[in-house]
Amino acid sequence: MIPGSFEYHRPANLSEAVALLGQLDSDARVIAGGHSLIPMMKLRLATPTHLVDLAGVAELKGVRLEGGEIVIGAMTTQHEIIGSELLAQHAPILRETAEVIADPQVRYVGTIGGNVANGDPGNDMPALMMTLDATCVLRGANGERRVAARDYYLSPYETAAEPGEVLAAVRFPVPPQGHGWAYEKLKRKVGDYATAAAAVILTVSSGKIASCAIGLTNVGGTALFAADAAASVIGTALDKPTLARAAAAATTIAEPAADGRGSAEYRAKMAGVMTARALTRAFARAKS
Amino acid sequence: MSLTNVSMTINGKSMSAAVEPRTLLIHYLRENLGLTGAHIGCDTSHCGACTVDVDGRSVKSCTMFAVQAAGANVLTIEGMAGADGALSALQEGFREMHGLQCGYCTPGMIIRAHRLLQENPNPSESEIRIGISGNLCRCTGYQNIVRAIQYAAAKMAGLEFKEAAE
Repeated sequence: MIPGSFEYHRPANLSEAVALLGQLDSDARVIAGGHSLIPMMKLRLATPTHLVDLAGVAELKGVRLEGGEIVIGAMTTQHEIIGSELLAQHAPILRETAEVIADPQVRYVGTIGGNVANGDPGNDMPALMMTLDATCVLRGANGERRVAARDYYLSPYETAAEPGEVLAAVRFPVPPQGHGWAYEKLKRKVGDYATAAAAVILTVSSGKIASCAIGLTNVGGTALFAADAAASVIGTALDKPTLARAAAAATTIAEPAADGRGSAEYRAKMAGVMTARALTRAFARAKS
Repeated sequence: MSLTNVSMTINGKSMSAAVEPRTLLIHYLRENLGLTGAHIGCDTSHCGACTVDVDGRSVKSCTMFAVQAAGANVLTIEGMAGADGALSALQEGFREMHGLQCGYCTPGMIIRAHRLLQENPNPSESEIRIGISGNLCRCTGYQNIVRAIQYAAAKMAGLEFKEAAE
């Protein structure tokens, strides 16, 4: 399969990349790892006339702590996220999630920025960013703009980013010490998108859940923030009726399509099952 | 569409060819440079038969444009044996442990296993299986591929691998 023709650009910094996008026509696309875009181009489902490769933009790389927040540059690869000591120490859910994305080869090249910005409801990082209450940092011709991950996704492949804007980083508050965390992903095989998946971050105080956030992957037109499911476990010690209630609340907001992974009813049910499993593991990991 | 001269270091040698930006790395290697060791299997980023090593990363070369790898240091299966033709530990492992049948996946398996052992010289069986989970083999059931990689890990550590092939 041969993609359509395009012109290739390799800017050396973000300002140059943004300027290029402003000059080129509207069929110009940014390419990060390319592991969503290139397969689409090979199928001619995407036919950009220009590709602006961000691989040479060093300022988009790396993970750092900044004033109580973790900042992950958009061009940081899944492989680098898995290997990050800083994330392992402060937000290990990033590693647990990255480890179930695609396969080793894809993780060497695929980036968190691509995963977040693409707007594919099958991507795993959007639900996680919602759960962490992350902020998407966008750079455009008019400078920097920040959009909450919970407001970023509008419909499949449609995000709050305007044409010409580049996702530069995601940033989120460092989760509290002793927090519980889990990403549960049901998939048919390595490399598959989720049949359903759930991300959970919670804190426990005196044996009871004090705070909780839940995000769902691939059971709707966008990743979903499961506010009701999370609220239903606050103040509990996660007994069986509570788990069942949280699972039901997650299933209620799921609107998956029927596909090779199962019927819509099954996949919505699995959103609940993944939520219950992730809650159980996160609760066990949390320190009171 | 205009051609771009794309150069990279492949198996220690500087090589270049004039290609279109849309030329995939696997086509650049196979068609422009005649390096046909890396195979095109699925052509959809799944099977790993086209895996080559690009700047220390295992990469599916059907999912990277040659221009993206310009200036990179690339290792393909052609670069695994010594200059005198002596097999690398991994190649020897695949031969001794019967790690291949039809051989189609083998170049990708070996290049991927090479990077795996560089990063983790003493992997557990589970780490090997996860490490090669982006490479599909439709003949062997993976058992002997895992043994071949264990054989190579042992040999590279100066140990003898005692388990027999099935």
